[in-house]
Amino acid sequence: MLTIKNLSRPGLEPTSFQLATGECIALRGPSGAGKTLLLRALADLDPSDGEVRLDGTLREKIPAPTWRRRVGYVTAEPGWWSERLGDHFQDWEAQAGPARRLKISPDAAQRRVSQLSTGERQRLALLRALEHRPEVLLLDEPTGPLDEESTAAVESLLREKQDNGLALLWVTHDKRQAARVATRRFWIDAGRLREEMLEEAQR
Amino acid sequence: MNYIRLDYWDLGLAALLLLGVAALSLVLQLRIERKLLWAGLRCALQLALVGLVLTKLFELVSPWWTGLAALAMVLFAGREIMARQDRGFQPLWAYGIGTSAMLMAAALVTVFALTTAVKPDPWYDPRYALPLLGMIMGNTMTGIALGLQRLTEGARQQRPGIEALLCLGATRRTALLPVTRQALTTALMPIINSLAATGLVSLPGMMTGQILAGVDPLDAVKYQLMIMFMIAGGTTLGAVAAVFVGLHRLTDSRDRLRLDRLVGE
Repeated sequence: MLTIKNLSRPGLEPTSFQLATGECIALRGPSGAGKTLLLRALADLDPSDGEVRLDGTLREKIPAPTWRRRVGYVTAEPGWWSERLGDHFQDWEAQAGPARRLKISPDAAQRRVSQLSTGERQRLALLRALEHRPEVLLLDEPTGPLDEESTAAVESLLREKQDNGLALLWVTHDKRQAARVATRRFWIDAGRLREEMLEEAQR
Repeated sequence: MNYIRLDYWDLGLAALLLLGVAALSLVLQLRIERKLLWAGLRCALQLALVGLVLTKLFELVSPWWTGLAALAMVLFAGREIMARQDRGFQPLWAYGIGTSAMLMAAALVTVFALTTAVKPDPWYDPRYALPLLGMIMGNTMTGIALGLQRLTEGARQQRPGIEALLCLGATRRTALLPVTRQALTTALMPIINSLAATGLVSLPGMMTGQILAGVDPLDAVKYQLMIMFMIAGGTTLGAVAAVFVGLHRLTDSRDRLRLDRLVGE
């Protein structure tokens, strides 16, 4: 359970909400509204004010590296620190199953990271984050560059993780995806976050 | 020792060469004549001033005046480090990190050289202390300036990879290790190159100077070797200290990458 109370930073007004175990919140909003700012603040990549707790423990009481392992974050454009794909995983061999499930071609491991397609990199970044078994996962348009088939594969994998207790905060531009995956839907505009009413969301 | 003294006529002839080059720049419209002449003039004035100051200092042999001159050198070199940062740390931080790292490294190595190897009497004799310090510091300064610049530049360029590592639970030190390595490699490149190429490609200035002043080449070589090792030690110490302090400034206690602390963010 992630509890956020009055979280704020430049570009983000004080925000409070809870993300329960196994829950998925979809977050939508125009470009530049503060979606990424919110995710970065939650991952503790930028300084922010307010209180964030994980299962009741204040964030400041948890060492930052441990916090980021427990609250994972997959950026919209994942970063890579090595040209060898295997360097990015603790155990690349163990990823064969999930990679196949996400429709990543088996020869991906032989290619250099810069030779992988945008969509492949996006899915591999997701696998990389899941490998650390986070309790909460912050996703910034994880299926943005993907076709329908791969999107469905990602959604089904994440649904399974969610059933095992993973909590998701999922930024998406796609209203239908939000309806498919989320238990609750948030809207953010000009740094102000609010929960979408059911009838608004359906419009 | 016997050596051939230069008089002002000889110097004037050499300066004519500079004028000739400036004229060439005018003819070819290269627009470097102003910079060239200004730099030449500065060089002449600065060196003349240094000559006068050194003459005085050598007469005095005072620990206080020698120390003061050394301090002035350190402060000037710190300014030089600051000026060489392009979109790096904020000027005051660049100055602070650069100067303190340099002071530490250059002082340590120079005092070590004076008290163990050269052993003039007294050990702070400015005739030995100031040239040694100058040579060690000139190189340390370059190393630190290069290292800091490469560190901030690398952190900026490789930010996505660094933050990806942080997101997977890496500490700031682990996440920035590749950039740290690049920064130190860059900082030490000039001294490693000159260690390797000395004698084959170029005759070092100090050795040439000693030979011109009539010192036996083998003795000059010994001096030069000592200086090279001191320079390598000083540059490494200074660059490592500066890059590690810089690393701390670039990150914070929550293992975040703080590019907002750089100029132009």
